[in-house]
Amino acid sequence: MLMGDVLQYTVSGLTVGVIYALVAIGYNVIYNVTEIINFAQGEFVMLGGLCAVFFVGTLHLPISVAFLASILVVGAMGFIMERFVIRRARDVSVLSLIIITIAISIMLKGTAMFWWGKDPYSLSPFSSGGPILIGGAAIQRQAFWVVGVSALVVICLTAFFQRSVYGKAMLACADNPNAARMAGIPVRQMVLLSFVLSGAIGAAAGVIITPISLMEYDRGAMLGLKGFGAAVLGGLGQFHGALAAGALLGLAESFCAGYISSGYKDAVALVLLLLALFFKPEGLFGSKEAAGLKKF
Amino acid sequence: MGKKDWGIFLGTLLVIAAFPWLVKPVKAISHYLDVMVFAGIFSLVSIGLSMLMGYAGQISMAQAAFFGIGAYTSGILTSRFGFNPWAAMPVGILVSSLVAWLLGIPALRLKGHYLAMATLGFGVIVNIVLNEEVEWTGGPSGMGDIPSLSFAGVRITSEMGYYYVVWSMVFLALLFCFHVLHSRVGRALRAIHEEEMAAEAMGVPTARFKIQVFVLGAAFAALAGSLYTHYITFLNPASFNLMWSIRFLLMVMVGGMQSLWGALLGTVLMTFVGNEWLHIFADFEILAYGAILLVVALFLPKGLVSLISPGVGSHKVRPPLTDGSS
Repeated sequence: MLMGDVLQYTVSGLTVGVIYALVAIGYNVIYNVTEIINFAQGEFVMLGGLCAVFFVGTLHLPISVAFLASILVVGAMGFIMERFVIRRARDVSVLSLIIITIAISIMLKGTAMFWWGKDPYSLSPFSSGGPILIGGAAIQRQAFWVVGVSALVVICLTAFFQRSVYGKAMLACADNPNAARMAGIPVRQMVLLSFVLSGAIGAAAGVIITPISLMEYDRGAMLGLKGFGAAVLGGLGQFHGALAAGALLGLAESFCAGYISSGYKDAVALVLLLLALFFKPEGLFGSKEAAGLKKF
Repeated sequence: MGKKDWGIFLGTLLVIAAFPWLVKPVKAISHYLDVMVFAGIFSLVSIGLSMLMGYAGQISMAQAAFFGIGAYTSGILTSRFGFNPWAAMPVGILVSSLVAWLLGIPALRLKGHYLAMATLGFGVIVNIVLNEEVEWTGGPSGMGDIPSLSFAGVRITSEMGYYYVVWSMVFLALLFCFHVLHSRVGRALRAIHEEEMAAEAMGVPTARFKIQVFVLGAAFAALAGSLYTHYITFLNPASFNLMWSIRFLLMVMVGGMQSLWGALLGTVLMTFVGNEWLHIFADFEILAYGAILLVVALFLPKGLVSLISPGVGSHKVRPPLTDGSS
């Protein structure tokens, strides 16, 4: 094992790992308020990336504007999804609810294929310049953007949930929707907000990873599954757990690709997801007691 | 089986038996026979999935994987090891059932969203294996040289031959399922669907029954996979990916998941939609599939059969006293 290789795999693992963490946080935001697992979460990431490609490549907007615009567009999709579909499905069974979000996910995928076709698209990195050489490893500049933006998202979300009235209201809905309603919290609006927020977080992840890994219409399912793996491993609903678990999955995947088989790198995260669901559904950092309240 | 179900069974049997003779002479629709062979194959998968979803109330997003395990086991054994297709078929069913059993024990402890994610993850893993084990499966470029079925030394090559082989199996599967549903196990499954905790409290071994139905669904899917392999004699991992699991889900949902007749109706309908009517849209058909799935889940959760006949083959529980020998 060469030190340079190890460092290289670590950096690329962490980079992709924080993306999984952001997907996981997207799941958590909706889960916290509704106990729904949104199967379209991965598609939000894909759409975020492809929207940015459209804004930069076709409309020639600067990347910062494209970044915000993509977040707005995908956030709006989260809005539409909740307002016009999920809200109508208030009284359906869990089985139907699962099928509804799966249906939305393949519709988003189909729409993306309709707009962008089947080719993968690239996006130029946020800052120009060659890779930075550290200890025999070449680190792409975009990797710093990925980690930086993700950290910013996590900090903002933590502040939002701990400090702002809306954030606290959303957490109250998660604890006990009936009590929250009685305390005067508009639960439906909080659910709506959670879908918008979740779409925005997904889009941010999509925009920052596209310069590194490209983006195409059918990437959503895999990103969604791996992100869900991070969410479960980290303990559903927990932001910091998601961050740690995402990094863990990213590292496992990157070292598998480096030392065992690149073809099976996608399977690693999925096997870890299954193991987590089967043997530790409360997550690595969750307590058994808290898990007892959840419906696995 | 109730009187009504027997009636539908015999009626369907007659229509299916007569179908080839009705479409064969008409040039424009003579290829419907080929579509119906696929519909029969897919029906085996969806009947199993309907047992699991409609009766036991559990979701599986891995049916395409079990379909693929059956197909590839049959394909590899016949093309590489010279197995007779009829001998390879039970091996495929056995392998698939074993995998389902091993997966089912931990997975079926999960509920709702988590079971869906776990089976989804498993399905994707199987697809990765089919793509990566190039030496065995031919990888993404697929594998050929798979023999057709033969009967008493004569190879079945005509669509007509496959049509009758496949649909005989479908009717046998239906008979088996109706028998199960009207036995103690069937009542237990419905109890699990209604209220699992209550069923458990009444002494129903819920975990064991759920796993048994899951294994049954995997076995049917593997049988279908084997028939599929020997019909088209070429395999490619893309026929067993996530999209196909969603299509099986769609077939069951459209017809009505709480009725085996619904599963059959939905499968025939969706196979025609997929092979015939949406074909012109090529890849964009997934948009239509998503829309259909969404509309059905929102507005028609009991499927098309609920429009035709609200009571068919569904939740009527026979009084236990008359059961005994069923």
